[in-house]
Amino acid sequence: MSFRIEIGLKRGVRDPRGEGAAARARDSLHLPVRSIRTRDVYKVADDLPPRLQRRVRDAFADPVITTAALGRLRPPPFDWLIEVGFKPGVTDNVGQTARTVLADVLDRAAPDAGGVYSSVQYFVRGAALPRDAADRLARGALANELIQTIRIFDPSEWAAAAPDTDLPVVRDPHTPQVKVYDLEVADDTLLKISRDGILSLSLAEMHAIRDYYRRPEVRSAREALALPAAPTDVELECIAQTWSEHCKHKIFAATVRCTDDRGQARTVDGLFKTFIRGATMEIAKRIDWLVSVFTDNAGIIRFNDRWNVAYKCETHNSPSALDPYGGAITGIVGVNRDPMGTGMGCELVCNTWGYCLGSPFYDGDLPAGLMHPRRIRDGVHHGVIDGGNQSGIPWTRGFERFDDRYIGKPLVYCGTVGRIPRLVGGRPSERKEILPGDAAVMIGGRIGKDGIHGATFSSEELRHESPAQAVQIGDAFTQRKLYEFLIEARDLGLYRALTDNGAGGLSSSIGEMCTFSGGADLDLTKAPLKYAGLDPWEILLSEAQERMSLAVQPENLDAFLALAARRDVEATALGRFTDEGALTIRHGGRVVARIDLAFLHDGCPRLELTARWAPPAVPAPAPLRGGPRNKALEAVLGALNVCSKEWKSRSYDGEVKGLSVGKPFVGVRSDVPADATVMRIEPGATDGIVLAEGINPFYSDLDTYAMMASVIDEAVRRAISAGGTLAHLAGLDNFCWPDPVPSAGNPDGEHKMAQLVRANQALYDVTTAYGVPCVSGKDSMKNDSVRGGRRISIPPTVLFSVIGRMADVSKLVTVDFKRPGDLVYVAGLTRDERGASEFHRWLAAEQGAPGAFGGTVPALDIPAALALYAAMEKAIAAGLLRSSHTPTLGGLAAAFALAAVGGDVGADIDLTAAPADGRLADDALLFSESNSRFVVSVDPAKAAEAEAVFAGLPFQRVGVVVEDPRLRVTGARGRTLVDRPVDTLRRAFGRTLDRI
Amino acid sequence: MSAKPPVLIITGYGLNCEAESKHAWELAGAAPQLVHLSDLLEKPARLHDFAALMFIGGFSFGDHMGSGHVFASRVRHRMREDLGRFVADGKLILGVCNGFQIMVKLGLIPGFDGDVFTQKLSLMQNDVGTFRNLWVTLRFEPKSPCVFTRGLDRMPLPVRHGEGKIFTLDKALVERIEAEGCVACRYIDPATGEPATAYPENPNGSLHAIAGLCDPTGRIFGLMPHPEAYLHADNHPLAVRQRIDGVLPEHGRGLEIFRNAVRHLC
Repeated sequence: MSFRIEIGLKRGVRDPRGEGAAARARDSLHLPVRSIRTRDVYKVADDLPPRLQRRVRDAFADPVITTAALGRLRPPPFDWLIEVGFKPGVTDNVGQTARTVLADVLDRAAPDAGGVYSSVQYFVRGAALPRDAADRLARGALANELIQTIRIFDPSEWAAAAPDTDLPVVRDPHTPQVKVYDLEVADDTLLKISRDGILSLSLAEMHAIRDYYRRPEVRSAREALALPAAPTDVELECIAQTWSEHCKHKIFAATVRCTDDRGQARTVDGLFKTFIRGATMEIAKRIDWLVSVFTDNAGIIRFNDRWNVAYKCETHNSPSALDPYGGAITGIVGVNRDPMGTGMGCELVCNTWGYCLGSPFYDGDLPAGLMHPRRIRDGVHHGVIDGGNQSGIPWTRGFERFDDRYIGKPLVYCGTVGRIPRLVGGRPSERKEILPGDAAVMIGGRIGKDGIHGATFSSEELRHESPAQAVQIGDAFTQRKLYEFLIEARDLGLYRALTDNGAGGLSSSIGEMCTFSGGADLDLTKAPLKYAGLDPWEILLSEAQERMSLAVQPENLDAFLALAARRDVEATALGRFTDEGALTIRHGGRVVARIDLAFLHDGCPRLELTARWAPPAVPAPAPLRGGPRNKALEAVLGALNVCSKEWKSRSYDGEVKGLSVGKPFVGVRSDVPADATVMRIEPGATDGIVLAEGINPFYSDLDTYAMMASVIDEAVRRAISAGGTLAHLAGLDNFCWPDPVPSAGNPDGEHKMAQLVRANQALYDVTTAYGVPCVSGKDSMKNDSVRGGRRISIPPTVLFSVIGRMADVSKLVTVDFKRPGDLVYVAGLTRDERGASEFHRWLAAEQGAPGAFGGTVPALDIPAALALYAAMEKAIAAGLLRSSHTPTLGGLAAAFALAAVGGDVGADIDLTAAPADGRLADDALLFSESNSRFVVSVDPAKAAEAEAVFAGLPFQRVGVVVEDPRLRVTGARGRTLVDRPVDTLRRAFGRTLDRI
Repeated sequence: MSAKPPVLIITGYGLNCEAESKHAWELAGAAPQLVHLSDLLEKPARLHDFAALMFIGGFSFGDHMGSGHVFASRVRHRMREDLGRFVADGKLILGVCNGFQIMVKLGLIPGFDGDVFTQKLSLMQNDVGTFRNLWVTLRFEPKSPCVFTRGLDRMPLPVRHGEGKIFTLDKALVERIEAEGCVACRYIDPATGEPATAYPENPNGSLHAIAGLCDPTGRIFGLMPHPEAYLHADNHPLAVRQRIDGVLPEHGRGLEIFRNAVRHLC
């Protein structure tokens, strides 16, 4: 039995949710929707007498602004009613919470078996809306059919239908079973097994697995456990997951035969080992603050005498393409678990985010099955906003990049910083240790079919038939409870080790943890399930969210489980860690898997790849005729990749915890993005962390070496600009690449591989020279979409994030000009480097040839940069800089404009005074995106002192801050290049994505 | 000098401002203690060991079913008696953001005629439809009996909420709230000093630009903006400029609200 409650806002109460839906219908779908009113529906699976049903109704509703009814509430006038609910088995966070209320009003100790299922009604008015328009509205703006159900009624249909009390319950009559795969078959059958099972295993890998099961010692071990000689589905799935590109990083581990454009050949013995880890190990010889790199869920560096900090950034691209909201919230709460699962478990300090998307104004063809970039953007933001805000973790950095090559695969980067005392329980907090006999405990959400094959799926191209169950929906509330419990348990010393459950679920978390003890033995029937009917392999691989795995000392197990119960956190001992050298999985009395750890973790054959480099030929745009550049500057400031992202950003909580010092937006009106942000990690402390990042996929079109060098430099110089120091700065590398493995559908794989090699070479060269070690990173290597016969590959994209220690946060410098009369200087050399610049991309589009954005891509002069950064650090430490802003997209022109907008003051600038590499054209001086530069302003009384600090370096006074809020820039022969009111520039920068 | 007044801060179930709220009371000279709601519900009489209670900000129960609604429902059902006695004893209660939402949905505010467990007002979705984090300017009303805001004039504070609009269709109730001085603070346009009617100065569309309300005794006070997020001068977005201009305050201004409470208790 079940009953239905409908809750609607009273007449006269505004409905912003409905207004938002109506606006989306009009703006994105161009439907003539007049208005939308919304209502909440709860279907309660409980057999209650009418008196108690009324009590539940009253407890669910806000008595001041809503009215509620059992069954149906009288509807507002409507032309269409669209009701959106969840499909069976999909996480329904609101329904879960409603169960809590049910328990409270019925005086039950805890929510019992009866569920509550939420849905939303949209009462749509719009006289001219035919049924197919209502259908488009439902599918295109209100619901995602992968996870949600849609019912559409006109008024007469609605009147004729009985109130719906059907419950979206999973009723799977399936009896759990274990299948056995015979691998002693022909190669094409092996490949078919891999393909049909979405295992993503290559033929070489299938051979390695087959050969493992032929080993006599394996056969006898299996016989002893009554396992068949051939692998079970549990085993094959577990191996496939562990060997997936997502988990094993096979491309970064491959042997690469490289040939450059002059035919020179060399072999790289693993990109990661050679260039990334190689660079960090090289730098580690010169610094003493690396604590744990590349081995744990997040990299750990020493912060001060008492604290270490951990930082991790992840991508969650494929799930966000399928369900932007669910994919993105899973991305942020998922990466939160990385620091949470690092060392003995970190407390979370702040989040970062960044998205690479198609233009929200895209009006070209969209292959079937892809969502419009604007819908993806809205959903992704909404997911990360909810995930971060509801977890009580402030954001501090965020960015967006737009290019229509991201319409097939949006890139969704989420990062989290954690802190941990250097000692926990008297021992170094980064240590991981598990002893045989420790209990293997899972805590957090229950297991369903959520995200099954997530790890192998993200290693595949996004295909039309990509499985719906690859989508998980994060629940920040459940995770918040889990997080608080974990930190409490950590400080009580109730566990020995932990890790998070991410891709691959238990198979990955326990599979990795058990290497510390030498084995594990689990019984999957102990795992709490959302619903019956899951096969053992599904329980093992499920990526149901908000879970962590722990090793608990046997003597602490009771106390651990008791505390979990008090904190409303589900915790279950699934088995124990062993030293038997194998992962053993039982399903009740039956052993369903046994895999030697040595084979599981080291048995995957190494990939061999080929890289062939030929520089792309990209024509440059025709030079722009002489004259003022007001229009060009406004166009660049308003371009999607430059313009203000403030509207969306202000939906993220940046100030919870009270630790934020250097805000994401600065200036008199807080409307200009900061170069870097600064957070304390303890209230009131003198020191803090400084965070920044660099990303520029556009340079990849010319040369990925220059791209990589530039994004590292951008991240570093942003941190320097705000007051960071090179001596204590660590990096994270996040590679997102189009598939670099050649195949029939991917003929230029070798070129993409060569791009990858060049980027890695640059990473090595620049990080070792700067002394900025990568401490953690991630790669996502299959960012291609093949739909409707069209392959859309992303441009090679690297996000390079930095985190550093700032000894004294009161030294913070911001980008905005401060006072009229301050002198403006440019530090660092400008070269004619406009290739793939914002200016050239704008100009190419203006000229009707958007692909002709070529030219010289910015290079990096490392010794010059190091000398300049040392001087910047000295100048900031001495308090000599009133403002500092490092030019990025849009070059010096955009930098002057934003410093003036931020200060709400004007500036008079003589561009010809700027340090330059020879005589440059005005447009090169204005818009070149040369690396390693700063626009700084100085109190005239301190000018001599500042000039002395920069003596011998390219550092020239170019003008003065003026009271009249007008930016004037002159070029060669005193000609006026820019002359615009600061308010005009503010509007140009602010309007593109305002309220969008 | 009397002993530090003990202050209870309830935590758990998605509330998340416990660290900075504790820090605020400590800086103000009180002795705050964090207690998880599930522990408090086991022994609600512990409430009476404290001189003041704070409902902190966060997302209790994920804001599902309306912000503060589910937390308020739990408190109403599981510790009504002790909370009622706590109020009758004349002790102090402060609520910030989600804490304010919890208090309004419980009925602690406005709490007319001794009825503190019937919801009379609501805090509903912002007119702009989304969560907003920005700094606003508050004006404190001199005729309000609120003990937390005594002597305060204006203060910049951050808001961080999606459901901060004070609303009811009951005009008489709003008049009574105004008449009894329950409006302790409003959002103002800093240029004119007048109550703000539109975004961003009024971030949510709140009736009469109400940012914070107290009960008629002034001892029970809730507000949407976050004083505990401005305990240190450099939490302010213009701190760098204030330092250059020599006007950086010694402490974050939000601390003044906690100091007022401690002064009342000592």
